[in-house]
Amino acid sequence: MELLKIENCRKSFDGEEILKGISMSVNEGEVVSVIGPSGSGKSTLLRCACMLETMDGGVLSYAGKTAAHEKNGHVLYASHAELKEIRKTFGLVFQNFNLFPHYSVLKNITEPQMLAGKSKEDAEKKAFEMLEKLGLSDKAKSYPCQLSGGQQQRVSIARAMALEPKILFFDEPTSALDPELTGEVLKVIRDLAAMHMTMIIVTHEMSFAREVSDRMIFMENGVIRAEGTPEELFSSEDERLKSFMGRLSGN
Amino acid sequence: MTLDVIFKLLMGGMGVTVSIFVLTLLFSIPLGLPVSLARMSRNKFVSALSGIYISIMRGTPLMLQIIVIYFLPFYGFGINVTSGYRFVAVIIAFSLNYAAYFAEIYRSGIQSVPKGQYEAAQILGYSRLQTFVKIIMPQMFKRVLPAMTNEIITLVKDTSLSFAIATAEMFTIAKQIAAKQASLMPLMAAGIFYYVFNLLVAWVCKKVEKHYDYYKI
Repeated sequence: MELLKIENCRKSFDGEEILKGISMSVNEGEVVSVIGPSGSGKSTLLRCACMLETMDGGVLSYAGKTAAHEKNGHVLYASHAELKEIRKTFGLVFQNFNLFPHYSVLKNITEPQMLAGKSKEDAEKKAFEMLEKLGLSDKAKSYPCQLSGGQQQRVSIARAMALEPKILFFDEPTSALDPELTGEVLKVIRDLAAMHMTMIIVTHEMSFAREVSDRMIFMENGVIRAEGTPEELFSSEDERLKSFMGRLSGN
Repeated sequence: MTLDVIFKLLMGGMGVTVSIFVLTLLFSIPLGLPVSLARMSRNKFVSALSGIYISIMRGTPLMLQIIVIYFLPFYGFGINVTSGYRFVAVIIAFSLNYAAYFAEIYRSGIQSVPKGQYEAAQILGYSRLQTFVKIIMPQMFKRVLPAMTNEIITLVKDTSLSFAIATAEMFTIAKQIAAKQASLMPLMAAGIFYYVFNLLVAWVCKKVEKHYDYYKI
């Protein structure tokens, strides 16, 4: 089943076109990583998909439900109520975690669930289940400032997963972490991939992307330059692709 | 006249001073919030209106504002006010004035909360109102506490401005006694009172700040 479909997505900032007509789709259970140099539009694409940015042109749909479509050169988004429903299908893990600093780890995970209608007991049960999975059971009462970056990122993954999204987006989830902490976060994502969680990962971790992805998308200058299985991309004869992959997988 | 006699004479005025202080905070701290939100509104008219309000409140002397609000019913609308209105006018003037300052403090606090907090809340299904009340406001409050402390300490001293319309607060009384006795002692006593009052205010504010130390932003 096609969970996410983006067609001809365009986005400009201050007259500069960042996304020049991107089309992609993601099927249930697929892990797709989006790679490319800084400024290629990877994060903007992700933010458009999550509706943190509005598209200037294109179509966006989740599991067959249209979130945005184009009409007479304008992008029309679905109604407030429809978007609220659609937002439940995906979660997002940020580069800077964006945990709520005034909430304990537990409350960070339970409150969004309770706003979605769960009882406190159910929300806490789910939160502890997630924390245990991510090896953070002893941190429920801690505040984000008391945790390491890696732990914070794992909490933010737990927070997103507790809402049981169909798709989970990762926006450079390890870019704010040192190499040691990167490992523990990548392990969590690997475990999720093993459970066939549908994920779209924007990352600079080449060897990791190669390992977990079913498909990789290489973006440059606002367009998809290459797309395929990791094997296809890593064995590509495209000079640009070769130099990019080679340089990044080296470290 | 000894200090303790003076303090006894000033006692009633102290009550009025404390009342002005407490009532002003009671009204201006909440009132600052809608003013601040209006200032940040995307509606240009609402934002401009709040901007003008803040600009006038900050740009003219508080003493003048007190006098205008006291005399406005009579000179503006021909209404004869009762003597009780004197105190009411002081509270209105102080609340309106301090709300403008608090509004600007709140604005700086709200704007210093990182954009990522709004984005995370949106992704996690918080409505705009829920985001503001549950996520932004508590963090804003922690961020503005030091600036609020400053403002509140200034308020303690500013209460003395209400002598302009002869409110029976402490400074007014101290001045009267000082004039009658041709002595600085009553004013010294008033000074001691303000100083001790502010020590107390600073102590309370520090306690509140400490209370919010359980998390870092």
